[in-house]
Amino acid sequence: MAQRKIGEVILDVKNISLRFGGVKALSDISFDVREHEVRAIIGPNGAGKSSMLNCINGVYTPQEGNITFRGQTFSHMNSRQVAEMGVARTFQSLALFKGMSVLDNIMTGRNLRMKTNIFQQAIRMPFWSGAAEREESEHREVVEKIIDFLEIQAVRKTPVGRLPYGLQKRVDLGRALAMEPQVLLLDEPMAGMNVEEKQDMSRFILDVNDEYGTTIVLIEHDMSVVMDISDRVVVLDYGKKIGDGTPTEVRANPEVISAYLGTRH
Amino acid sequence: MQTTFPRLMLDHAARRPQAAALREKVYGIWQALSWGDLAVLVRHLSGGLAEAGLQRGEHVVVVGENRPRLYASMLAVQSLGGVPVPLYQDAAIGEYIFPITNAEVRFAIVEDQEQVDKLLELRGPCPALTRIWFDKSRGLRNYSEPGLASLDSLVDAGRAWDTAHPGAFEATVAAGQPQDVAAMFFTSGTTGNPKGVVHTHFTLLNRADAGARFDKLTAAEEVLAYLPPAWIGQNIFSCAQWLACGYVVNCPESTGTVMIDLKEIGPTYYFAPPRVFEGLLTSVMIRMEDAGRIKRGLFHHFMNVARRVGPALMDGKPVGAIDKLRYRLGDFFIYGPLRNTLGLSRVRVAYTAGEAIGPDLFTFYRSIGINLKQLYGSTETAVFVCLQPDHEARADTVGVPIEGVEIRLTDSGEILVKSPGLLKEYYKNPAATAEVLDADGWYHTGDAGFLDASGHLKIIDRAKDVGRLIGGPADGAMFAPKYVENKLKFFPYVKEAVAFGDKREKVCAFVNIDMEAVGNWAEKRNLPYAGYTDLAGKPQVLELIRECVEKTNADLARDELLAGSQISRFLVLHKQLEADDGELTRTSKVRRGAIAEKYRPLVDAMYGGAAEQFIEIAVKFEDGRSGSVSATLKIVDAKTFPAVTRKAA
Repeated sequence: MAQRKIGEVILDVKNISLRFGGVKALSDISFDVREHEVRAIIGPNGAGKSSMLNCINGVYTPQEGNITFRGQTFSHMNSRQVAEMGVARTFQSLALFKGMSVLDNIMTGRNLRMKTNIFQQAIRMPFWSGAAEREESEHREVVEKIIDFLEIQAVRKTPVGRLPYGLQKRVDLGRALAMEPQVLLLDEPMAGMNVEEKQDMSRFILDVNDEYGTTIVLIEHDMSVVMDISDRVVVLDYGKKIGDGTPTEVRANPEVISAYLGTRH
Repeated sequence: MQTTFPRLMLDHAARRPQAAALREKVYGIWQALSWGDLAVLVRHLSGGLAEAGLQRGEHVVVVGENRPRLYASMLAVQSLGGVPVPLYQDAAIGEYIFPITNAEVRFAIVEDQEQVDKLLELRGPCPALTRIWFDKSRGLRNYSEPGLASLDSLVDAGRAWDTAHPGAFEATVAAGQPQDVAAMFFTSGTTGNPKGVVHTHFTLLNRADAGARFDKLTAAEEVLAYLPPAWIGQNIFSCAQWLACGYVVNCPESTGTVMIDLKEIGPTYYFAPPRVFEGLLTSVMIRMEDAGRIKRGLFHHFMNVARRVGPALMDGKPVGAIDKLRYRLGDFFIYGPLRNTLGLSRVRVAYTAGEAIGPDLFTFYRSIGINLKQLYGSTETAVFVCLQPDHEARADTVGVPIEGVEIRLTDSGEILVKSPGLLKEYYKNPAATAEVLDADGWYHTGDAGFLDASGHLKIIDRAKDVGRLIGGPADGAMFAPKYVENKLKFFPYVKEAVAFGDKREKVCAFVNIDMEAVGNWAEKRNLPYAGYTDLAGKPQVLELIRECVEKTNADLARDELLAGSQISRFLVLHKQLEADDGELTRTSKVRRGAIAEKYRPLVDAMYGGAAEQFIEIAVKFEDGRSGSVSATLKIVDAKTFPAVTRKAA
């Protein structure tokens, strides 16, 4: 089987606390993510998984704590800055342009990497020596490789809104991949999927990790999937970290068991 | 043709090195491989294989979709005098064991991780299989099994080997003779082990050439290679005829994109089994039903014109000036755009074969100006035995024997073929070879049929299934159950039919209704029903099926030989025939014997003259439980027609 080289800590989350008014969404969470690993954040509904991801992603600003990414420490992140640093994400509720084709949707993931400006792209004149055209075909090549990788050639030109849910999720992943990210944050990539779709998605996640060496942080509440594909797991419950370790360790952790299955009182 | 596959390839490379030989859609763009580049690739691959120690006459397994580099690999194997053995890419692991052991395979060239995984698992049962090369490396970078390597590395090794051995490639290609074995195809035997059908360069290329001459194929043809390469037809269309004519073979991007690729390429020479044509037609009809009223009206109006005029135009018969004008209009508004949507606007010659094609389906394609024809052949005959000439295509025949073919019929109606394209033998199976190839060189097809008045071959059934009626008005007449069943199944309301009559005085049949079609029909008539059994027992439905049976009878009456096979009584079964209940084979063919046994009371009642009969049988439900269903079924009498004897022309 695959022998990936798990490297140094790439993302270090320290003592994060996040409050919405009186509601404590996260309290004093710390964990780290190593390069090239698949790191899962699990927990029951309302445990604070998505909030955690949103802090890393710069959508929320935590009241306490800081995040270190590649040696640089931030007390709050801003989404654009995060994206520029090479962190991409997918969304639990899809964030795709329903009326646009699969190809165009994935192309939007290239946005940050486009150098020509909107005027060059809109007005194509020979005296601009075709910079926009050249750039577009370079981006198109990247996008086509992703389409090939995700095996969605047959729907390349289909509007995303007409695709089944499982395929839309795959397109969402494709759009995130188009950024050529170093870290990929996946928010419940398998929510609402049937068993077969889950298997496909798991395979793609592992393939991304394997082929591109992308570090993956994923949120999932389907335990079986998580245990199969992740290297290390963080368990949250009511905004607190209750477990951290390899799937086997986490599975044996009594607190985790009680959070998932309940305890006898 | 006194030549070999690699020699033909080198010929094209020498004469027109820049012309496209193969095209493949990669990353959304059609990328061509020229004959010149192909020759270089084949040279390097064959160098790599030579270095790996491939012997003359040795078999190499090739598994994958249609991919240019797999085609090149087959040519490379042939260059060294080896024999490519293409296997079905979707077969289960167990199905590979017999071919690989039987053909003593050491080397395999496969497409991707999926195939690599399968073959690696086979190393236990097939220890001789030592080297595996793969085309696509995705997911394989961390595999470290011994003997597993990429095609790229084989090419690299071959390049070095070629530099070290100048002239070796030319010498080995020149050493190959037309009588050498060119390829082996395993036929999926329904019983027992599959048989390896051995073909030489001569047999394949001779047939390829005869077929090409028959249809005047040129180097300008475009072909889409989308059927499994392990099937001899695909091999003929995209290897043998490709080399014989020098046209372009296009490989689709993936299995899911075939329809899109078809439209983009617009092949001029096309083959598809009837179910593909049926699927295309259904999708058109469904979309048409959703179209606006004007469009739909226009479509139906011009389709009527096409039905009336199209086939005659296609057959080159005279047509009135006004009809011609109407057709021309229809072509502008409907047929042309429709052909384009189907991806068939450039088709000059299209073939279908493999099973019976419904007359309506067949006429539909011909009426909108697609030259769809039928052919007859099998793996053992290198495909081309009979082909339909351009102006003589009919739904119920398979064409005339082409150049080089002789046809003879035995007393029992079995078709015997003599042709330069017959198989050399079944590999390591002289008993099976002797069974089909007799001392005088006739190949026993196992099909029953006859040549009609215009010299066209008509296939009616498998020879072993053809029986005789005994006693009754049609005493001694031939009974071809499948022929009758197929005619019934052409009606959309009939899903499955089982005809009985061998050694009986008349023909009776079971019918399975098509739930969807009959359900729709019932809904349109406000006929309520609770489920399959209820619907199948409705008197209105029995009446509907009776009409179908009687139309079939009228049709059969027109056929001198088979007029006796008209159905005099039938019943509509209360349950669908299922493979799980042992009533159908896994490929959905009816198991007549098993059905007759299981439903014996029903069969007896039909022949005994009863008006209805109670039956209770055990069934297996989808969740694995068993139970029984019972019903009292009405037996319906159908009108039969006197045989129409053809007036002496």
